[in-house]
Amino acid sequence: MENQFIVSPSPHVHGSQSTQRLMLDVIIAMIPAWAVSIFFFGWGAVVTTLVAVVSCIAFELLIQKYLIKGPSTLYNLSAVVTGMLLAFNLPTNISPLLVVLGSLVAVGVAKMSFGGLGSNLFNPALVGRVFLLISFPVQMTSWPAPIASRASLVDAVTGATPLGIVKEAVKAGKPVSEVISSIPSYMDLFIGNMGGSLGEVSAAALLLGFAYLLIRKVITWHIPITIFATIVVFSGALWLANPEKFVDPIFHLITGGVMLGAIFMATDYVTSPMNPRGMVYYAIGIGLITILIRDFGAYPEGISFAILLMNAATPLINKYVKPKSFGEVRHG
Amino acid sequence: MLRTFRIGGIHPPENKIASSSKIEVLPLPEVAYIPIGQHIGAPATALVAKGDKVKVGQLVAKSSGFVSANIHSSVSGTVSGIESIVDASGYPRPTIVVAVEGDEWEEGIDRTETLKEQITATPQEIVKLVAEKGIVGMGGATFPSHIKLMIPDGKVAEVLIINGVECEPYLTADDRLMVERGEEIMVGIKLLMMSIGVEKAIVGIENNKQQAIANLTALSKKYSGIAIQPLVVKYPQGGEKQLVKATINREIPSGGLPIDVGAVVQNVATAFATYEAVQKGKPLIDRIVTVTGGGIAKPSNFMVRVGTPISQLVEAAGGLPNGQLKVISGGPMMGKALPTISSPVTKGTSGVLVMPSEMATRPAASECIRCAKCVSACPMGLEPFLLNKLSVRKLYPELESRKVTDCIECGSCSYICPAGIPLLDYIRTGKSAVMHAIRTRKK
Repeated sequence: MENQFIVSPSPHVHGSQSTQRLMLDVIIAMIPAWAVSIFFFGWGAVVTTLVAVVSCIAFELLIQKYLIKGPSTLYNLSAVVTGMLLAFNLPTNISPLLVVLGSLVAVGVAKMSFGGLGSNLFNPALVGRVFLLISFPVQMTSWPAPIASRASLVDAVTGATPLGIVKEAVKAGKPVSEVISSIPSYMDLFIGNMGGSLGEVSAAALLLGFAYLLIRKVITWHIPITIFATIVVFSGALWLANPEKFVDPIFHLITGGVMLGAIFMATDYVTSPMNPRGMVYYAIGIGLITILIRDFGAYPEGISFAILLMNAATPLINKYVKPKSFGEVRHG
Repeated sequence: MLRTFRIGGIHPPENKIASSSKIEVLPLPEVAYIPIGQHIGAPATALVAKGDKVKVGQLVAKSSGFVSANIHSSVSGTVSGIESIVDASGYPRPTIVVAVEGDEWEEGIDRTETLKEQITATPQEIVKLVAEKGIVGMGGATFPSHIKLMIPDGKVAEVLIINGVECEPYLTADDRLMVERGEEIMVGIKLLMMSIGVEKAIVGIENNKQQAIANLTALSKKYSGIAIQPLVVKYPQGGEKQLVKATINREIPSGGLPIDVGAVVQNVATAFATYEAVQKGKPLIDRIVTVTGGGIAKPSNFMVRVGTPISQLVEAAGGLPNGQLKVISGGPMMGKALPTISSPVTKGTSGVLVMPSEMATRPAASECIRCAKCVSACPMGLEPFLLNKLSVRKLYPELESRKVTDCIECGSCSYICPAGIPLLDYIRTGKSAVMHAIRTRKK
């Protein structure tokens, strides 16, 4: 009696990456930044992250089970990633209630109502953050001071962020050089000893995460490097033209949400373009809009808006910017 | 210096577990099953009937058109009939069945193993012999080789490219041939160079075959005009478009052939078969088949007569392991899963890969996360996620404009997809529908 063999079409082998493994790698890449955050902001960092992750998981579970009435999608870990990224974009002294609300908007509105993972148009964590920023501007712009705020939660000692200091000075007509002394040193800024969102402060830790993501082949270099390059070129040109009104490019790179945004938010698979050329155009757009808002707009930080605006452009980019095909002769 | 192609490619584990197994001649089968369609193009027309006596090397089926090939008997004995036998495709095909008696060969075939270096044939004679002796592409595509050697008007052949890449994991037949019969291959390459009138040949070999590279490089000092080019190990470098790009840095245009960029590509085993045909008068009646896989006791490279049932090869390699298996004719990326191992070895059977149960089932599929890894993997620069979606929705006009016909069906997209989506399944059906529409339009 002959064996019955399995018959299916080729290929008959499969690579080792899975959606779940990719998400796990993103979580691992975020650990250094989370560790630094706990060091500077203490309990607030722990609580905010846990509340965000648990809320995102809970909302996805409930919506999937009772509204969509489909199988659970939690196994792919994307709810955990959304929770962590949302937490990374919030000040650590924020009320946990607002964190829950932000999670509901991130998972429920930005992700599930569009059809779940793979169908969302906008970065869910950023939608949650921007929603909170616009609806609760006071709580969302009260930044805990590093080290000093470690032992407390919602009642932490607060201070301004470097970008905030610069924006106030420029609005008041003061030259940049006057306020430079009240801003931490470049080394402090690079390590993360400054006010800011939970996950954005430490450029050093975020760059470690970037290296991990590249090695594990989770993302390619195109989006983050192009964003950095665009910011350096654009802000550098402005700074050279008028150093008293505009800060230098290095300052722009290591303060605010540029590192976090470029490495973890702009590179979100679903909402970014699907070939290298498209990714470069998308990243240039993000860099330009970020600097425009930072240097000319009302807000001290612009990268969240920049990414969301370019998320909207992604379907258009995917439609008209195609990868280089074999045998193609491209002109220009 | 190592060279390679630029767009796309993947790195599946090589698993060349049979690479040090010397070529072993497999004993003759008791019954040989010789299909009349072992090549691309129209099946040959059978010349024998039930009761006829045949000898090894005798023409038993004649080429039936421009794109067709002769078929010779690989055994001696009595024809017991022309039956419908299930082949590797899973479909029954007309097959000449021979009850094997002894091992009597046709007159004029030199069976000695002495190297015959001196070339006395003219270019036209070489092409004629390649056609007469039933030589087809031995890499697995089985395209009738003489057609490639007939350069169309208006095109010029500048270089002969020999495919010694063997990029599929597990397969080692070409590797062993290059290690053990290297000099015959070089003479075969010289014959092919003469037939198309070129002074230059490049043999592309992936860098995981160090012995083969060393052997042929040493021999190339003796045979002028033949260069050995080691290549980065990357799938699907053995695809002719990728190989031409890697060796001479020219991209064959969409819908074109290698001759459009001045190249003619032949597999290294085809070069060996050419040597045997022209120098020894031997038609294509046997080939090397790798029998391999995790559960195989004795991974081997057998020299097998065409028509031998695959079950005989598996027995000689230690038999099938237990469990729910998948048996593949060819390599794991583009090979065909066999419904039965009683099918015969044909001119294009490069390997038999036995996959144990844990490897034999596909991963579960989930939703597309738009990671674009399929786009980075595609060696033709296509967008598999999009072609897949268009194929599922049967949007054939847009599929055509998105160049689905450029797809070489290598499987890199399905391999890399983290969500386990069987991209190639649908792309294949979409491509086939589009090609049908194009053919109907042309009529």
